[in-house]
Amino acid sequence: MKLRKTEEVFFKILMILAAVIVCGSFFLIVGTIFAKGIPYMSLDMLTKTPGGGFYIGKEGGILNAIIGSLYVAGGATILGLFISVPVAIFINIYINGKKFLSDSLRVAFDVLFGIPSIVYGAFGFLIMVYFGFRASLLGGIIAVTLLVIPILVRTLDEVIRTVPRELGDAALSLGATRWEMAKVVLRQIKPGIFTAILLSFGRAIGDVASVLFTAGFSDNIPTSLHEPAATLPLAIFFQLSSPVEEVQGRGYASALILTIIVLIITVLSEILIKKFSKHKS
Amino acid sequence: MTQTPHISVQHLNVHIGNQHILNDININIPDKKVTSIIGPSGCGKTTLLKSFNRLLDNTPGVKITGKVLVDGEDIYDPKAEVTHIRKKMGLLSQRPYPLPMSIYDNIAYGPRIHGIKKKQVLDQLVEEQLKATGLWNEVKDRLNASASRLSIGQQQRLCLARGLAVNPEIILGDESTSALDPVSTSIIEDLFISLKEKYSIVLVTHILRQARRVSDYIIFVYGGKVIEFGPTEEVLLNPKEELTREYVKGYIS
Repeated sequence: MKLRKTEEVFFKILMILAAVIVCGSFFLIVGTIFAKGIPYMSLDMLTKTPGGGFYIGKEGGILNAIIGSLYVAGGATILGLFISVPVAIFINIYINGKKFLSDSLRVAFDVLFGIPSIVYGAFGFLIMVYFGFRASLLGGIIAVTLLVIPILVRTLDEVIRTVPRELGDAALSLGATRWEMAKVVLRQIKPGIFTAILLSFGRAIGDVASVLFTAGFSDNIPTSLHEPAATLPLAIFFQLSSPVEEVQGRGYASALILTIIVLIITVLSEILIKKFSKHKS
Repeated sequence: MTQTPHISVQHLNVHIGNQHILNDININIPDKKVTSIIGPSGCGKTTLLKSFNRLLDNTPGVKITGKVLVDGEDIYDPKAEVTHIRKKMGLLSQRPYPLPMSIYDNIAYGPRIHGIKKKQVLDQLVEEQLKATGLWNEVKDRLNASASRLSIGQQQRLCLARGLAVNPEIILGDESTSALDPVSTSIIEDLFISLKEKYSIVLVTHILRQARRVSDYIIFVYGGKVIEFGPTEEVLLNPKEELTREYVKGYIS
């Protein structure tokens, strides 16, 4: 009897401890970025591209990287959706019944999911070299798209699998075609699609290795897909490696901006999920 | 039976994986009557029902042989068009699954996919079907509200109305009242009885009293085989087969 009680107390403490570690490290990370970044935060950081002596601590901001990152992450997520939504529907609705085929596709995406982003970067780079592209916004978007497709497919696949089979059957028994049934399923999983977009965007905007060779870096805001584009993670990397204290501080400020962007996207998607789950029972 | 059957099942065999689910089924489902399929769980009664509108096709590893004639047309003929077959039959499943849209759109969904676009026509259809299922007075002021806001009994009637909106000939019910409270159950049962004037109705049920209340004919299925088929009173009160007698008395379940 006593042993059971001790056991209960022991595991309870263990769980509380684990929760404290998780929450603690979250606040520690965010706190550090805030503490180190806030002093260097300014309106210029958000609204100006790097000026002449930016990298030795003079005027300018990182608007180039903010815009570049939004372009890359947004472009990749949109492009990724165009590929992963059909794939997820195909796996779940069209080849339903041929278990071997759907299982093989799922394994393939699991493997792709585990591939480090530098490999996607290198692969994207090889393709660009083959076609004679320079590092450009388009190259970055393509490499990051490859990176986010497995995330999108896996998330959508999970969500579609939660849809009760009878809902699809209901549409089919009204004489719907498979595609019409898929549209009903897509309506049902709208909140899930937003989750997938959020996960993909979050991963895309924070990844550095895939854009390293492919998007390049530029102090200007790209005006076409063929120009190189700066991204926030790379901007942070360059600034933090600087020996100038002012520039290092701006690196933390950039990290703060990146964190806030992700935070805004998260909150926004939560609101959208609530709005769009109106018809869900 | 003197009248022409609406659904005629001939030598139907269904295998799923290595299991022989339905074994040489031969049945004639009468026109404009309520026919109940009864039998213990796992006997294949739902499989039999789903073979009528080819929903069975989507089950992994399924193999179907034999014929199912609906209005004399073999629905398993490779040339048969599956959407056309399914449109002929409204399905009411165990639990209501309203489509993720408004009450109005749930009913308009079927007509819309079959090409009816005019708002007037759709309005009229929606009203007609909601009245047919006794929902009109309960929902007429909130047709644009989400269908998921309705009570589960109302949702089931909505699903029935949705099925009727595509103008089927046959209604298939798969234990359609098993998730409902007694009041909703009795509303649905009454609907079945009144709807048989226009539709042939096939119900799967494990509630013998329900089968007795609503059906004209009963099919008793056991171990994937049709054991007995006949008028309700005859099968329930004076069964010919020993197995049916044992099931009806509650010895086997």
